[in-house]
Amino acid sequence: MTAPFDIAVFILLVLVCLALVRLVLGPTIADRAVAVDTVNTLVVAALILLGVVYRQVIFIDVAIVYALLSFVSTLYVAKYIGGEL
Amino acid sequence: MYPEETGPLSQRLLRDSHVEQVNDWTKTASVRRARMIAYLVTFIMALLLYLVFSAGSGTLWLWSPSELLAGFLLSLLTAAVAGKVLCRGKDYRMANPVRLLILPVYIIGPFFIEVTRANLDVAYRVITGKIRPGIIRVPSGMKTDFGAFLLANSITLTPGTITVDISEETNDLFVHNINVPAGWETRDTVEARELFGLANIPAWIRRIAE
Amino acid sequence: MIAEVLAVACLVIGTAFNCLGIIGLLRFPDVYTRMHATTKMTTFGSVFTALSVIIYGAGQFLGTGDGQYITLSLHTVLAALALAVTNAIGSHAIARGAHRSGIRPAQAVVDRLGEVPP
Repeated sequence: MTAPFDIAVFILLVLVCLALVRLVLGPTIADRAVAVDTVNTLVVAALILLGVVYRQVIFIDVAIVYALLSFVSTLYVAKYIGGEL
Repeated sequence: MYPEETGPLSQRLLRDSHVEQVNDWTKTASVRRARMIAYLVTFIMALLLYLVFSAGSGTLWLWSPSELLAGFLLSLLTAAVAGKVLCRGKDYRMANPVRLLILPVYIIGPFFIEVTRANLDVAYRVITGKIRPGIIRVPSGMKTDFGAFLLANSITLTPGTITVDISEETNDLFVHNINVPAGWETRDTVEARELFGLANIPAWIRRIAE
Repeated sequence: MIAEVLAVACLVIGTAFNCLGIIGLLRFPDVYTRMHATTKMTTFGSVFTALSVIIYGAGQFLGTGDGQYITLSLHTVLAALALAVTNAIGSHAIARGAHRSGIRPAQAVVDRLGEVPP
């Protein structure tokens, strides 16, 4: 019964594409940083669901590491935007 | 030997971790004891994390004996390497198990209710487009760093508000509110209690962190 | 069976909130309000999708007794915790950087931070 998870992963990937629209349009750097942060969150959610779809726990470990690494990159981008780097 | 933490909280949160320089001639008994506690706390935290990650690996309740042994040895190694870095302050208040048990109760109970309410509120504003944004000033009233950290994070995740900055002198939070209620734009400060509608979040955080 | 129904319900809630968050990201006028939509709603939605995986894993573990499902649930708990904490701090950092770089909130009725001398 993993069909609902398949559908949810597909919807999340469509949402990632919509967030990329803001990444292209965004008038300021901060808007683009917010869009990238959103994409990271959605990718983590999609990885967690893929762990169920493919029955592999390693996807969720990858999701944890991805979340922490994207956090570090977000902090660096934020520091750069604020002119503190 | 532990220099006072200075500077705004946000900078302290964002600052890279660094190892304190400890001179040999200052090693007194109390320093050794504080360091022992730091190693012990790091060891227990690392062991718990390892046990959570390796649960379901074997037959010894949930773990296999080799995993338990490897976890024990690796936690010892982690404590020896990272004990000084992870527990830098002199304050071991958060190592108290009672406080660590209140934390999940807080997250599941009042915090979750507030998050749900905030999300329904923002969903309503996404659909209708009725917004009235503004940045207001909120005195945090927290004495410890961890308390201010929890309050700032709770404000960011809950009712239509995001913590933008923290004042250097007074530890006031500057909070961006998506829908400033009528009358708030003329007030100098707004109490943290008034931001939350249902539960008294600052009192809970004070109970956990102070 | 009950666990599966609950898991699908959580999945629907989470996906719906993620959709609303993305609509807010595309629709709101400036960076701070966009951040409201994305930080709160995608974090909430992603935590709910993680919750559905946790419930699904727990239900399968109780049904089959297979140890790998409890591993699935526990790792997902950690992933959800990491997501919630890092998103809050990250959005705070971006908001602070945006205000320091001179972006003022659009349509604002009050800006107490802009009145403070830097």
